[in-house]
Amino acid sequence: MDISLLFDNVTVLLPEIVLAVGAMVVLLVDIGRRSRDSAGPLAGLTVVILLLGLGSTLFLWGRPPAEYLGAAVSDGFALSVRLVVLIASLFGALLSRDYLPTIERRSGEYYSLLLLGATGMMLMGTATNLIVLFIALEIFSLALYILSGFYRESARSIEAAMKYFLLGAFASTFFAYGAALLYGAGGSVNYVRIHEVLVAGAGNPSLVLPGIALLIVGFGFKVSLVPFHMWTPDVYQGAPTPITGFMSIGTKAAAFAGFMRVMMTALPSLYDQWAMPLAVLAALTMTVGNLTALRQSSVKRMLAYSSIAHAGTILVALVAGSAAGSSAALFYLFVYAFMNAGAFAVIIALERTGEGDVEQSRFAGMAEQYPALALAMAVFMFSLSGIPPLAGFFGKFLVFKAAVEAGWSWLVVIAVLNSAISAYYYLRVVVALYFTAAESESVRRTSGGLNFSVAVAAIAVVLIGLYPGLWAGLLTGLGG
Amino acid sequence: MLLSILIFLPVVGALVVLLAPGDRVKKGLAFGVTVATFAISLLLLNGWQDVPGMQFVERYAWLPDLDIYYYLGVDGISLWLILLTTLMTPIAIAFSNQHVKESVGSYLALMLLMETAMLGVFLSLDLVLFYVFWEFSLIPMALLIGKWGSQNRVYAAVKFFLYTLAGSALMLVAILVLYFNVGTFDVLELQNMGLPSGVQQWAFLAFVLAFAIKVPLFPFHTWLPDAHVQAPTAGSVILASVLLKMGTYGLLRFALPFFPDAASNYTSLLSVLALVGILYGALVALVQRDLKSLVAYSSVAHMGFVVLGIFALNEQGISGAVLQMVNHGLSTGALFLMVGMLYERRHTRLLKDFGGLWASVPVFSFFFLVVAMSSAGLPGLNGFIGEFTILLGTYASNPLFAVFGTAGVILAAWYLLHAFRQVVQGALENPANFKENLPDLNWAEIGQLVPLVLLFFVIGLLPNLFLSKINPSVAALEVVQNGVVQTEASLATDH
Repeated sequence: MDISLLFDNVTVLLPEIVLAVGAMVVLLVDIGRRSRDSAGPLAGLTVVILLLGLGSTLFLWGRPPAEYLGAAVSDGFALSVRLVVLIASLFGALLSRDYLPTIERRSGEYYSLLLLGATGMMLMGTATNLIVLFIALEIFSLALYILSGFYRESARSIEAAMKYFLLGAFASTFFAYGAALLYGAGGSVNYVRIHEVLVAGAGNPSLVLPGIALLIVGFGFKVSLVPFHMWTPDVYQGAPTPITGFMSIGTKAAAFAGFMRVMMTALPSLYDQWAMPLAVLAALTMTVGNLTALRQSSVKRMLAYSSIAHAGTILVALVAGSAAGSSAALFYLFVYAFMNAGAFAVIIALERTGEGDVEQSRFAGMAEQYPALALAMAVFMFSLSGIPPLAGFFGKFLVFKAAVEAGWSWLVVIAVLNSAISAYYYLRVVVALYFTAAESESVRRTSGGLNFSVAVAAIAVVLIGLYPGLWAGLLTGLGG
Repeated sequence: MLLSILIFLPVVGALVVLLAPGDRVKKGLAFGVTVATFAISLLLLNGWQDVPGMQFVERYAWLPDLDIYYYLGVDGISLWLILLTTLMTPIAIAFSNQHVKESVGSYLALMLLMETAMLGVFLSLDLVLFYVFWEFSLIPMALLIGKWGSQNRVYAAVKFFLYTLAGSALMLVAILVLYFNVGTFDVLELQNMGLPSGVQQWAFLAFVLAFAIKVPLFPFHTWLPDAHVQAPTAGSVILASVLLKMGTYGLLRFALPFFPDAASNYTSLLSVLALVGILYGALVALVQRDLKSLVAYSSVAHMGFVVLGIFALNEQGISGAVLQMVNHGLSTGALFLMVGMLYERRHTRLLKDFGGLWASVPVFSFFFLVVAMSSAGLPGLNGFIGEFTILLGTYASNPLFAVFGTAGVILAAWYLLHAFRQVVQGALENPANFKENLPDLNWAEIGQLVPLVLLFFVIGLLPNLFLSKINPSVAALEVVQNGVVQTEASLATDH
C-alpha cells in the first residue's frame, strides 16, 4: 500500500487528531511542571485544546462530507456528535478544577484521560467500519474506567471503577462477538459493504441476526438500556461528579452515534427485524428507569436512573429508523448535554469536599440562600421533565414526532406517560428548592468555572427552548 | 403587533419587577404593567368587527422546517376570555399587594408570567404554540400554590401539577397524529379537515381528557378543591376566573371543530358527566363548613353548566357557554376575593365562626350579597343570562338534560343563600366579629370589587353587547352548522 494514501483526506479526522495530540501534550507539560499543587495551568490547557477541537469541528462544517480510507467519515452526523461530545468535555474540564485534591495532585493523567475519552467518543460518530468502531469504543471506555475510580480515597469510587470495568469488559466482548458475526455474514467490516451484501441476499442469514442481537447487547450496556443498566447507578454515584456529568452525556452521545450509524447504514434492510425488539427495550428502559428514579434519595442516583430513562427516549428515535429520527436523537443529545451538565454542576456546588454525593434533602431551602443557583436548578429540572418552553420539551417533541411519523404511536404513548411520571421526581427537587425550609447551613462551593458552567447551561436551555429552529438545523441526521 | 404586545408585556414586566429595588416599587410596577395590559386589550374592542373569522392575526415562522408557526388571532370565542384575563390579573395583583409579604418580587413575577401563559393559550392558532403555553402555565401556578399557599400547599401544588400534566400528555400524541394525518399544526386549517372517523374517536378522547381535567369535569375534579383551598387568594382568583376556562376554551376551539363526528358521538356521555358535576358539586358545596371549599365546589357545578352548554351543540348553548365562562370568571373571582378579604381579617374561613356580619361590616355584606346573587343566577345579573341561554340550548337538544340542569340552578341558589345566611345574617354573637374588632372594607378593596360588580349589571342588563360579538364565531362552528342543517331537514319533512 502506498503510504501517502494514509494522509489523503486526513483532515476528516482533524478534531480527533487535535484532541489525541492534545492529550499527549498535557502529559508532557505535566512532566515538566515544577509545582504539583495546582491544576490551574493544565485545566486551562485542556480547555484550550477542547476549544481547538471545537474550532476544527466548525472548520469542517463548511466542507462537503469526506471519507477516510473507508474507515471513518466526516458528515453532518459525525460533526453533530463531535459538537455534543465537545460540549460535554468542556463542561467536564471546567467543573473538574478545584473539585478534588486528588485531581489537583495528579491532574496530568486526569485531563489527559478526559481528552482521550473525548477522542474515542468523537471517533464513535465518525466510524464507518466495525473495527474502527470497536477501537473507538475501547478508547473512551478505558479512559472512563480509570476516571471513574479517580477519587482514590473513596471506597465507593473504587467500587464504581471495578464494577464499570468488569461489566464494561463483558459488554465489549459481546460487542466484539457481534461484530465478528456481522463480518462473517457480510464479508466486510465496512457498513456500506455489509449493507450491499445483505441487500443482494448474499449474506449468511444464520449469522446476521445473532450478530445484531449481540451488538444490541453491547451498545445496550454502554447507553444503559434496561436490562443492561445495572452498573449505571453505582458508577454514577461513585465516580467523581464532574466525570459523572461528562460520561452521562458523552457516553450516551458516542454510543448512540455508533449504534445509529450501524443500524441505519449497515442494517437498514433488516429494519423489520430489529425495530420491534428495540421498541420493546425502549419501553422497558423508560418505564424501569423512571419508576426506579422515583424512589432515590441520592441526587446522583436519581439522575443516574433518569439518564437511563432518557436513553430509552433516545432509543425511541432510533426505532423510528428515519433521517428525522436520527436528527431528533442528535438534537435531544445536544439539549441533554446542557441540562444534565448544568444539573451536575449544581450538585458539585453543593457537595462538601470529600463527600462525593448529595442527598436530595440538601436542596431544601436553597432558594433562600442561593436564589440564582436554585433558579438554574429549577430550569434544569423542568427542562429534563420536558416542560415547555424549555429546551428539553423540543428534544422530546422532535423524537416523538419522528416516531409517530414512522408509525410507532403506541411507543410514543408509553413515552409521554413516562414523561409525566418523570415530572414527579424532578418536581420533588423543585419542591425541596423552593417550598422546604433549610435543615442546616449548607455550604456552597464556588469557582469561576463552576459559576460559568451553570450560567451557560441555564441560558442555553432557555434559549434553545425559545428558538429551537436555529439549533435543530445545525444537527443533521443520517440518510437525510 | 397588538396581540404580541399583550402576550409579552407581562414577561417584560416580570423581569423589571424582579430587578426593581424595594417591595413598594415592585408592587407598583406589577400593578402598573397589568393595568397597561388591560388598557391595551381594550383596543381589541375598538377595532372589532362582528364577523366570524380571526382578527388581529399575526403569523411568523418560528420553526418553519417543522411547519410550526408563531400564529396568533382572536375571534368572538376568545375575545371576552382575553379581556377577562387582563381584567382579573390587575385585580388579583391589587389584592396581593395588600397582603403578600414574603418574596414579593418572585410572587409578582410569577403572577405576570401566569398572565402571559393564559393569554398565550387563548390567542395561539398553532397547536404546538398552544401546547407550549398550555404546559408552561403549570409552572407559575404550581409555584404560587406551593410557596405562598396555606398549610397543605406542597401536596396541593404537586397534585395540581402532576394531575394536569398527565392529563395533557396524551394530547401531545394526538397533536402529532393529527399532524401526520393532515400535514399542519394550523388550528384553522385543521378545523376544516374531514378526518377519518377512527382517528377522530381516539384523538378526540385524548384532547377531551386534557381539557376535562382542566375544567374540571366530574370525575376529574379531585385536584381542584385541594388547589383552591391551599392556594393564596390571588392564586385562587386566577385559577377559578381564568385557568379553568382554558379547559372549556380548549373544548370549543379544538375538540369540537377538529372532531365534529366524534363530538356528536360522545355528546350524551359528556353532557351526563357535566350534569353529574352540576348536581354533585352543588350538593357537596352545600355541606362544606369552610367557605373557600364551598366556593371551590361551586366552581365544579358552574363549570358543569359551561360544558353542558357546549355539548348542546347548538348556537344558543355554545354562545351561552362562552358568556357563562366570563360570568363564572367574574362571579367566582369576586367570591374568592371576598373570602380572602374575610380571611385576612379573621384568619378563619369556617362558616361557624361567622354570623351577623351585616351589623358589623355592612359594606362587605352588601358586596357579598350582590356577588352571591350573581353567582346564583338572579335575573338582572350576569349569571342568569348565561345559565338561561345554556338551558335554552340544552332544552333544544335534550329536554331531559335541561330539567336536571334547572335543578342545579335551584341548588346553586340554595348553597349560596346558605353561605350568605351563615356569614352575614343571624345574630352577631362572636366577639371577634364585633365592629371594633372587624374593620369593614377599605377603599382599595372596594376598588377591586366595583369593576366586577359593575360588569355583573352590564352583562345582566345589556347581554347583547357581549353576545353580538360571540355569536358570529359560534354560528360558524361546523357542529353548529350541521345541527342547523339537520333541524331544517327535519322541519322540512315535518311539513
